[in-house]
Amino acid sequence: MRHHILSALYSARYSRLCLGGLFMFLCQAAIAQESRYNMTRGVTEISQRVYGLHMTIFYICVVIAIIVFGLMFWSIVRHRKSAGAVPAQFHGSMKIELLWTAIPVVILVVMAIPATQALIAMEDASESDLTVLVTGSQWKWHYKYLDYPIEYFSVLATPRAQISNEAEKDALYLLEVDKPLVIPTGKKVRFLLTADDVIHSWWVPDFAIKKDAIPGFINETWTRVDKPGLYYGKCAELCGRDHGFMPVAVEVKSEADFEAWAAEQVALQEAARTADAAATPMSMDELMTLGEKVYGTACAVCHQASGEGLPGVFPGLKGSAMVTADIPGHIRIVVFGKAGTAMQAFARQLSTSELAAVITYERNAWGNDTGDMVQPADVAAAIQGGE
Amino acid sequence: MSTEQTGALHPGEHLDHEHKPRGITRWLYSTNHKDIGTLYLLFSLAMLFIGGSLAMVIRAELFQPGLQFVDPHFFNQMTTVHGLVMVFGAVMPAFVGLANWMVPLMIGAPDMALPRVNNWSFWILPCAFAILLSTLFMEGGAPAAGWTFYAPLSTTYSSDSTAFFVLAVHLMGVSSIMGAINIIVTIFNMRAPGMTWMKLPLFVWTWLITAFLLIAVMPVLAGVVTMVLTDKYFGTSFFDAAGGGDPVMFQHIFWFFGHPEVYIMILPAFGIISAIIPTFARKPLFGYESMVVATASIAILSFLVWGHHMFTVGMPVAAELFFMYATMLIAVPTGVKVFNWVATMWRGSMTFEVPMMFALAFIVLFTIGGLSGLMLAITPADFQYQDTYFVVAHFHYVLVTGAVFGIIAGVYYWLPKWTGVMYSERLAQTHFWCSLVSVNILFFPMHFVGLAGMPRRIPDYALQFADLNALMSIGGLLFGLSQLLFVWGVVRCMRGVGDKASDRVWEGAQGLEWEIPSPAPYHTFETPPVVK
Ligand code: HEM
Ligand SMILES: [Cu+2]
Repeated sequence: MRHHILSALYSARYSRLCLGGLFMFLCQAAIAQESRYNMTRGVTEISQRVYGLHMTIFYICVVIAIIVFGLMFWSIVRHRKSAGAVPAQFHGSMKIELLWTAIPVVILVVMAIPATQALIAMEDASESDLTVLVTGSQWKWHYKYLDYPIEYFSVLATPRAQISNEAEKDALYLLEVDKPLVIPTGKKVRFLLTADDVIHSWWVPDFAIKKDAIPGFINETWTRVDKPGLYYGKCAELCGRDHGFMPVAVEVKSEADFEAWAAEQVALQEAARTADAAATPMSMDELMTLGEKVYGTACAVCHQASGEGLPGVFPGLKGSAMVTADIPGHIRIVVFGKAGTAMQAFARQLSTSELAAVITYERNAWGNDTGDMVQPADVAAAIQGGE
Repeated sequence: MSTEQTGALHPGEHLDHEHKPRGITRWLYSTNHKDIGTLYLLFSLAMLFIGGSLAMVIRAELFQPGLQFVDPHFFNQMTTVHGLVMVFGAVMPAFVGLANWMVPLMIGAPDMALPRVNNWSFWILPCAFAILLSTLFMEGGAPAAGWTFYAPLSTTYSSDSTAFFVLAVHLMGVSSIMGAINIIVTIFNMRAPGMTWMKLPLFVWTWLITAFLLIAVMPVLAGVVTMVLTDKYFGTSFFDAAGGGDPVMFQHIFWFFGHPEVYIMILPAFGIISAIIPTFARKPLFGYESMVVATASIAILSFLVWGHHMFTVGMPVAAELFFMYATMLIAVPTGVKVFNWVATMWRGSMTFEVPMMFALAFIVLFTIGGLSGLMLAITPADFQYQDTYFVVAHFHYVLVTGAVFGIIAGVYYWLPKWTGVMYSERLAQTHFWCSLVSVNILFFPMHFVGLAGMPRRIPDYALQFADLNALMSIGGLLFGLSQLLFVWGVVRCMRGVGDKASDRVWEGAQGLEWEIPSPAPYHTFETPPVVK
């Protein structure tokens, strides 16, 4: 609040220079409302440096603008015909032209020095303590810890009903994910980035990290965070229909908490694998209930809840030949995906029970009514058999 | 025999300045630089409104958080086609239209050097855009990978309208290249006696340099779209790592075209502003030679900065540093231009008719865009700015309040010469103030939401951005509506409503185009004027 009044007072002094004043006011307002109207300072040493560069170049720009626009408005006021101004006839001055070429060069050189230092520091991912492989695929992130047997997908947790305005939007609308990436405090964490389909970009403003995830290539970046907390970001490169629905969330835990979390994850993932191997046949009801749920989270973004797809972009499943007739084909495409399309290999993301359920669901929903049941064992056999 | 025929053709025509073919054929077969200029300008105006309507869809969807009106896939088609239509359909053709009208008049030539090429280069355009816009109605929809159509989203993962898009871009490229050749040949060969290089009006200079940029980079664009086409349909893997290609190579090729392209869209506007400011300041342009040098250096440097669009793709540090320094450097000649305009006004005797108002707004707002460009050049900071609304703010300041305001300023400036009547000053001033206010409501807040972390090209956003997005949408609607005033003003003049314009039109106007009658006769400078 005090900030607010101060900035108002401060800007009042400048209001005579009408545009400069407006500009200053906006700047001050921006500073008062930091997080909402300006770049975040972030929580890492690098992000603070980036913020510093941003504000320095910003103030340089403001000063240039005030000088240039100030001269211009002065001239508009004083050198107008209606005020009786008689035009001078000068049309050049070597001295002045050299001067206003040289001064900007000097300013830029001065600016380039800290920028260069920051850039070199940002690009040095050597001597890291921990490495995470980040893989973007259409509208989800996959995290694989290279130092632990842990990997999982991270997807948007905002319910579809909030997006379609049928439910009230909560504070973390479009930011929240089901499972954030978890990293420890105080460690240099290296990220390797790649993608399965199109180019994505992994962006966490609080760490000042934005790096493209490119299919077939591996990029590298790093961070070191000292403050535990939950930090949100987004996919920053247009990656198709649901580009706007692909948030990034990173949870930073103290080292002890992180180790505990990691141990728990290893155990959980092991248990899931055992359960998957021992999956027993399910009833039609069980398959359909689980299948509907899985369909909603994994398939509906493209094939739509109605099963009708988007003509010319994503095929419909309602009444489709494969879904109503060809069972092995249907299992294969869900398990292994289809190369060169948005259809992913879901065996990497779902358990055999979930796969069996969703396939069964697709074969019986929307009036497909084949009566077919697919069991976890069928899916397991297909996975065994390979592509 | 044939010589006899040519000699006998229309013996009285030279005396009859107003002789022109009638009806639709006048426009279809026209080889007259003024008619073709008019066609280009009207086409561009139509595209401005089509592109604008698409932008209205975007702003409507973004008015509130949540999905309101359109599917996200359709939203992506809107941003893509909006960008393509505005860049290739509105801004570039408007400049070619102005060049058609004004270059011959400014250098004292009777017409463009290659009139039939001129006819073709225009008529290809409506075909290209008919094809592009038809994709909106195809199954799978129009291209949806952004106007920058990065692979593999535009190849493996695109809908089948890609083939039509590629064809349309090829046609636009052919049209631009033919137009550019025509302008170069005209300027080199058809200057009136005494019109030496260093006497050329700056609009002619900037267009000459622009034309060279076009010839240099449109083939690069053609190459990259062809690679997109063959990657998608003929099994090549230029941009597919699985086949030994590289998706990042797409971006290198695209931006090697793309950065010079952004200067193609601004250099002619620099020329227009350099004509208007001296006229209304009643004082010669400050630093003519340095303006020419600055334009040429911008053009050359523009080939060396493309990497600043790709700071996040993971280039080696050395490359990032090179592109950062080169980009900072290009701000210097851009700054020189702005300083020269201000110095031209300094101790002038200014009046503030509408062309001047738009020119002044151009200087301020374009400079704001240039300054945010300088911020974007700082690579470590660009990691935070890249692909956010901050970039969207930057390029709309340079392109809308830069290029488009420059075009509008030029249209008001030369409209009395074209039509022979003055536009309505009151209507035009209203148009100016409405545009000025609404355009800033529309684009200024984009800086803030961008810095606060709103990515571009998204149909829905986190709640913290809601208030400013609503404001920007209102600004967008007002800006769109304001342009109807422009159309009204222009149509009035075209129908001959308004005060008769004098030949010189503006008290301080200098140059050959003001020596001829208003409206400019159908044929001008059939005997070249002598420039002293
Ligand atoms: C002082 C001169 C300028 C500098 C230093 C500059 C710098 C930049 C930089 C660094 C970017 C990349 C931002 C990013 O994607 O992270 C950019 C984007 C852009 N600039 Fe500029 N710029 C300048 C002038 C202009 C002018 C005159 C125009 C056009 C008239 C222009 C049009 C654009 C466009 C269209 C984009 C975005 C393209 C896209 O990603 O869709 N810029 N500029
Ligand atoms: Cu650029």
